[in-house]
Amino acid sequence: MSEREPPAWTCPLPAAEGERVQLAHGGGGRAMARLIERLFLPAFANAALERRHDGALLELGGARLAFSTDSYVVSPLFFAGGDIGSLAVNGTVNDLAMCGARPLYLSAGFIVEEGLPLATLERVVASMRAAAAAAGVELVTGDTKVVDRGKADGLFINTAGIGRVAAGCEIAPRRVRAGDVVLLSGDLGRHGVAVMAARGALGLETAIASDCAPLAAPVLALLEAGCAVSCLRDLTRGGLASALVEIAEAAGLEIALDERAIPVREEVRAVCELLGLDPIYVANEGRFVAFVAPADAERALGVLRAYEPSRGACAIGSVQAGAAGRVVMKSTIGGRRIVDMLSGEQLPRIC
Amino acid sequence: MKFVEEYRDGRVAAHYAALLARSVTRPWTVMEVCGGQTHAIVRFGIDQLLPEGVTLAHGPGCPVCVTPVEMIDKAIEIAATDRAILCSFGDMLRVPGSSRDLLAVKARGGDVRIVYSPLDALQVARENPQREVVFFAVGFETTAPANAMAAYQAKRAGLANFSLLVSQVLVPPAIESILAAPGNRVQAFLAAGHVCAVMGIDAYQPLVRRYRLPIVVTGFEPLDILQGVAMCVRQLERGEARLENQYSRVVRRAGNAPAQALIREVFEVIPRRWRGIGEIPASGLGLSAAYAEYDAERRFGTARPRAEEQSECIAGLVLQGARKPPDCPAFGTRCTPEHPLGVTMVSSEGACAAYHRYRRPVTESA
Repeated sequence: MSEREPPAWTCPLPAAEGERVQLAHGGGGRAMARLIERLFLPAFANAALERRHDGALLELGGARLAFSTDSYVVSPLFFAGGDIGSLAVNGTVNDLAMCGARPLYLSAGFIVEEGLPLATLERVVASMRAAAAAAGVELVTGDTKVVDRGKADGLFINTAGIGRVAAGCEIAPRRVRAGDVVLLSGDLGRHGVAVMAARGALGLETAIASDCAPLAAPVLALLEAGCAVSCLRDLTRGGLASALVEIAEAAGLEIALDERAIPVREEVRAVCELLGLDPIYVANEGRFVAFVAPADAERALGVLRAYEPSRGACAIGSVQAGAAGRVVMKSTIGGRRIVDMLSGEQLPRIC
Repeated sequence: MKFVEEYRDGRVAAHYAALLARSVTRPWTVMEVCGGQTHAIVRFGIDQLLPEGVTLAHGPGCPVCVTPVEMIDKAIEIAATDRAILCSFGDMLRVPGSSRDLLAVKARGGDVRIVYSPLDALQVARENPQREVVFFAVGFETTAPANAMAAYQAKRAGLANFSLLVSQVLVPPAIESILAAPGNRVQAFLAAGHVCAVMGIDAYQPLVRRYRLPIVVTGFEPLDILQGVAMCVRQLERGEARLENQYSRVVRRAGNAPAQALIREVFEVIPRRWRGIGEIPASGLGLSAAYAEYDAERRFGTARPRAEEQSECIAGLVLQGARKPPDCPAFGTRCTPEHPLGVTMVSSEGACAAYHRYRRPVTESA
């Protein structure tokens, strides 16, 4: 304990009078990035946080650890290809994997609404158990809170996780170099479309299942094969576009994509066309990008394609000197456009 | 995907572009009216494939952008009323009224619901008999039939707690106002295919004759737009002025007769104010006398026109094709989708939002 009281903290950019939190502040796009920059980063300023990675990298007694947390508020609780339980395990497992870590231990906090059928909770827990076993992690601590009826929508889950990072492994946007090839682990948009369909409000009848899957195995295989990987990022809210813009901005480089190389299933494309969504902004729960040195790109694709969740891996573009922070894409007809971060909220409570 | 992929083929696009380049001898300006077409042009880079000298001017066809500020304010006022539920297409929520937007009202507890169809709003009214449910009926001729259907069904079902806040506008009067404006430089129009799918194409014939210029009814895919531009340019180069239909796979000359009948039953043509442009005679639809009881302005008070907001925003000029978004000194700096100065930066069909999303020069280095 220090002898003096720490100075009272004030936000460097206080909110305008009457300003309220809007859904976009949690949407994974520009508004959320701004909230983090304006409020959270200055409040908790420290070296680990300032890296703004999917998880924090910490050194503890000689061990290199990755530490990450995420809350899950998806509505509905069950959808084709997954549920809030599998999402809560895989989401945090994947955040750890994107730090180059082998996920080891998870915590789980349950915020349950009074009146939730116990059978529903049992189903979710069984799903978490199966997902944890598949990802090779143990759920070692937890917490349960029940709130009054109407104060939470059925069930919210928070998970946090710890993973071990191999010696010498450095995964970070600032390590991205001009020339790196951008590898995408598979087709885009399935999770977003599956959740939308499960809501039933759109009258969509589609066979699309969420891509929800643990990504640690292909990522660790990539690292263990000695492929020169500079950066990894899973493509959740905000989709491929927002993830790449974040990386381009942090790396101070330009990323050039070829729209024709980006795989999107026909059914997903059809739903996106109907709703006016661009698949590169739709959420995924089992997809990631890997930035790999050009000499290793082909070999990396071979490694990724040996694992189920990344069987459809492909190269979609590359990093170039260009304009810092810019992502450009060659369109299907050969025109050129900027790819920006998601602006506003595309679909609330997708995960 | 059938009916989409074949209209986004890079080789065919290059072929059209080469044809165009060979046929052009002078500079021409062609305006696409519809915001959906503007969006496709900027997203796919269609204008980058055009020969030098052929300029696309972006028109006023973004319904969200042209909805007058007093209607937004009225919607906000309704949404803030205790017993009311305001149903709207999602695009309208971020459009600034004179002091705030619908999202801000929603964040403060106003019951604002995003629907994908006016018939969903009707369902909300059925499920909430104790509440006043208002649907914000905006759009061009394309949304008019479904909006009319909502009023028609409400009347048939005797649904007393449902009403429409109507801000419907029409394309041909907007084209005419651009052509009649002093200093107009538009020499040909791409008419919006989906509007014509509903209304047919004959309404454009008088414009073609009176102003002696080509109008080509055009679809929304990259190859549709390229072909539409090529058809305009061919006419211009030959000194012709005809109404042509590029989008014949969808648009019939007479349009959709049942939809037109429904529009005539529920709506009547009235003057409308267009945000950034001003009042245009006979340019919109309002509920007809037979449906007056479903008019939200009767229940919640009339939206009173107010003076256009004064700012450095040039949305009005952008909407009329007189300026392009990057011509604005605030573009991408003081005006962004998160902090818009004008509606054209808000709507996904607005020209400024399209340029910001797909063309913005990177000014800040990370």
